[in-house]
Amino acid sequence: MLVLDIFIHLILLILFPPFLIGFINKVKAWTAGKQGPSLFQVYYDIEKLLKKGAVYSSTATWIFKAGPILTSASLVCAGLILPMMRNHSTFGFTGDLIFFVYLFALGHFFLLISALDVGSSFEGMGASRGAAFGTFAELALFSALAIFCIPAGSPTFKSVFTALPWKTWGFAHPAYLAGALVLLAVLLTENSRLPIDDPNTHLELTMIHEVMVLDHGGPDFAFILYSSSLKLLLQADLLIHFLLPFPSHLTEEGVLLLLSGILGIGILIGILESVTARLRLQRIPQFLIGAFILTVLGLMISFYRGAP
Amino acid sequence: MNVNSSSPSVFWIRNGDSIPLSRVPFYTPEDFRRICLEQVYSGGRLALLSSVPALYGRKGGKTLLALAADDENGKIGVLCADLEEKNSYLSLSSEIPQAQGFEREIFEEQGILPKNHPWLKPLRKQETPYPFFKVKGEGIHEVAVGPVHAGIIEPGHFRFQCSGETVHHLEIQLGYQHRGAEELFLRSSPERRLVISESFAGDTVIGHALAYCMEIEALSKSEPPLYAHILRGAALELERISNHIGDLGALCGDIGYLPGAAWFGRIRGEFLNWLMELSGNRFGRGLLKPGGVRFNLSAQQTENFLIRLDKAERDLKETAELTFNHPAVCSRFEETGIVSRAAAEALGMVGPAARSSGCERDVRRDHPFGIFRFYHIPTAAADTGDVMARAVLRWLETERSIQFIREQLTGLLEQSLEVELQTEIQKMSPEHLAVSMVESWRGEILHLAVTTSKGEITGYKIVDPSFHNWFGLALALRGGQISDFPLCNKSFNLSYSGHDL
Repeated sequence: MLVLDIFIHLILLILFPPFLIGFINKVKAWTAGKQGPSLFQVYYDIEKLLKKGAVYSSTATWIFKAGPILTSASLVCAGLILPMMRNHSTFGFTGDLIFFVYLFALGHFFLLISALDVGSSFEGMGASRGAAFGTFAELALFSALAIFCIPAGSPTFKSVFTALPWKTWGFAHPAYLAGALVLLAVLLTENSRLPIDDPNTHLELTMIHEVMVLDHGGPDFAFILYSSSLKLLLQADLLIHFLLPFPSHLTEEGVLLLLSGILGIGILIGILESVTARLRLQRIPQFLIGAFILTVLGLMISFYRGAP
Repeated sequence: MNVNSSSPSVFWIRNGDSIPLSRVPFYTPEDFRRICLEQVYSGGRLALLSSVPALYGRKGGKTLLALAADDENGKIGVLCADLEEKNSYLSLSSEIPQAQGFEREIFEEQGILPKNHPWLKPLRKQETPYPFFKVKGEGIHEVAVGPVHAGIIEPGHFRFQCSGETVHHLEIQLGYQHRGAEELFLRSSPERRLVISESFAGDTVIGHALAYCMEIEALSKSEPPLYAHILRGAALELERISNHIGDLGALCGDIGYLPGAAWFGRIRGEFLNWLMELSGNRFGRGLLKPGGVRFNLSAQQTENFLIRLDKAERDLKETAELTFNHPAVCSRFEETGIVSRAAAEALGMVGPAARSSGCERDVRRDHPFGIFRFYHIPTAAADTGDVMARAVLRWLETERSIQFIREQLTGLLEQSLEVELQTEIQKMSPEHLAVSMVESWRGEILHLAVTTSKGEITGYKIVDPSFHNWFGLALALRGGQISDFPLCNKSFNLSYSGHDL
């Protein structure tokens, strides 16, 4: 059973992420009344890119080449300790939640320095935006996670998900609702989705994530594409674990919960992107600070009322 | 006091007129400068300042030619300066910024130096290294964009001087699209000239072709039949509508507002298709010819057209209301890229970009031509000068143009107007000068032609509205956010090829 669990976990981790992006794009296309690209388009893109050669700027060093691989590697490691079909991961340990968040930050860090490495004014601009908004997002993320960790008394996935009061979840305790909303806001920010960033724009002056990877091509860009889809999958997975009660053992129910949860997030993002416009760039810090204030409010409620 | 000081003035003509060259008044450069400044200070504007080689030697030596438009009275003042042996004159741009592009063009093409010109940089012809304006100081950095862009658009270079996300100065360097259109036009046979004029700016086919046709009609003193005027007007408005709607869709696309981008994009196609039904081409190529139009609409086509026009108008209204009432859209469009009325007037901006800043300039109303002499489309204007104003103005103009097309086509169906598409073009008058202005979707197009003693065109000048407006875009960005540049750029949507020619 354990071997099967690890096997499915790895398969989902390695092969599933590009599908989620394709799924969101399909939802967006349907909402706009279009046919849209295939659900498997991102797989085709990655395959095409892996077959290509790469061109490097004369100012680029090994950091530029290592960036995409290290980013992907940090995210895969993060994916190993994140629970998927059940409420804990085989590779989990005490304090793994903190470790998970910092593996994410590590991935982001490598992306930033490889963007700075080529010395282009565009990528420098993108990296400065990425770093600034990343800082605000991290603040909101940690305080949102704190709300959920309070009942467990420990920043460990297993104890957090076991200790969450599933019977009275949600509207019974507004603090959790605030936490989940903020996690969604952080998900949108970190994955460059609307209203923070527009994944489809070709306008380099307005981009945040895309402008950081302008100089990456071929296999390097394949890794970037893969790692950003993996990042989205992991954050969606994290969010639904706070929303849905996953079983403690590998069951069909757990797999079903996971898939429907992730596709549900995909539909939510697709619809959100279809009905709203991007924020003005100066407004993004306000958006994230607003999210942080919401978590502070949640924390205050938690302390005042105690865990339900 | 100079005896002439009260009498020298411009020679007034109207849009679509031609005058014998002998009637064109010539002045000394000093008087020329003074009269031009007087005209501008008293509410006029420079529609053209040029040096047409065809006029050289009519008095002493090289010649400057100015057209001062008096929008209030619908007149265009013509005047010339004789530079005699000198190869320079005192610049007008130091007093009236709207002359800056024209003077740079004269310097670049004829080598006549405007002394004290504040911004005498290459206009079209490439010079390396280009003398970019530099901002110095702690934390100032430069961002260079283009000439090759990340979309399928024309080439142009943009240089931003920023600190952080704030733009202190934007310099736009154009000329990558310079094809020598004016020279090519003069070298070509009269049959080809029509085709070339359709390509001065590929998205303003009807506008430029109409200006060319009006030139030929003015020089040959022929008047197209009313029926042709109606079809020409309808085609011009269809071009306006399809481009305006396309711009609205692109504006929505830039801020990631999917419903607007998808729906405006689809509705734009409808209007392009009607232009195709009319002319066999989605951009209206081949529809116009001097003396009239080539194609007619059958009664059945017109009826069909009117039914679908109603439906498209409903769809458009729904989409526009959805878009302009959306808080996220308002938050991006409002107070972004503001051009003040003073700036728009100083730069001599034209078209929707000027009207959004409160400068009500519309050739259809101020210098009516063709069908607009009989039917007036109300001029829309806004006064905030931001992206929202430029977007809403496009929507208002679209509505009014649809109304115009509906009334004209209904008129064609109900009145038994004689179907007469063309008149014969007579021989062109010798030694004449003709001016035609057209309100294209982007603004005022001006063509000027000069004929020889045999009645052949020997001098031709083209002014695309983009020529007046590019500097407005640079000003719109001043003090703004660099991430708002694509949005501002799209809200102007200027032509590179129209500027570079």
